[in-house]
Amino acid sequence: MTVRVQEADFDVGVELEQLTAGNKRIGGLAVFVGLVREVHVREGYHRDRVDAMTLEHYPGMTEQALVEIEAEAHRRWPLEATLMVHRYGRLEAGDRIVLVAVGSPHREAAFEACEFLVDWLKTKAPFWKLEETPAGEKWVGAHAGDDRSAARWDKK
Amino acid sequence: MKVRYFAWMKRTVGVAEEEVTPPAEVTTVGELVAWLRHRSPGHAEALADGAAFGAAVDKRTATFGAKLAGAQEVAFFPPFTGG
Repeated sequence: MTVRVQEADFDVGVELEQLTAGNKRIGGLAVFVGLVREVHVREGYHRDRVDAMTLEHYPGMTEQALVEIEAEAHRRWPLEATLMVHRYGRLEAGDRIVLVAVGSPHREAAFEACEFLVDWLKTKAPFWKLEETPAGEKWVGAHAGDDRSAARWDKK
Repeated sequence: MKVRYFAWMKRTVGVAEEEVTPPAEVTTVGELVAWLRHRSPGHAEALADGAAFGAAVDKRTATFGAKLAGAQEVAFFPPFTGG
């Protein structure tokens, strides 16, 4: 179980190599890599081109939130290895923002837990995006769709 | 206690953090919000009734009903938009 919040980029190949090294019980690895999109489509008619963004976070709380989300995934699925790396600071279109990787004996648990981790990370970890557009800076608003995605995993 | 603001709330309030000493009758996060609103027009705008923001007490998400007893750091922030 590893959680990192960092300004620097990450190398997906190296990260996956390290995550699985020495663990032969892993039969499947599900991986999500989030990138900065060049075009950000807003709700309604209006569109803005996003050239770059700055990700702000809450040092200390962010790491703790990610550790708790990761622990919840381990309670729900039989997982052998998990990794969450989230960047902060200024990122340009095409840059990697986030890496979530999940190793499990079987693929179903790996796929499900990976989706769960990304959904909860988006709604429960303290990060905020400030986008740079030709019209100026703009704080990104929360998306109802993200809340709905995260709510899928609520225990009834 | 230390109060911290993030994202657009930091800009609206005008500071990223401040030391405050609320009176004894301020015992919950919600009461702290109401008390902080009187500090400046920026505070009043950022912490307005109906503004979409959440809170954390000592770096853990907290409801407005959460008790402040012994809190070192209270933070206010807009909904999260990471990932």
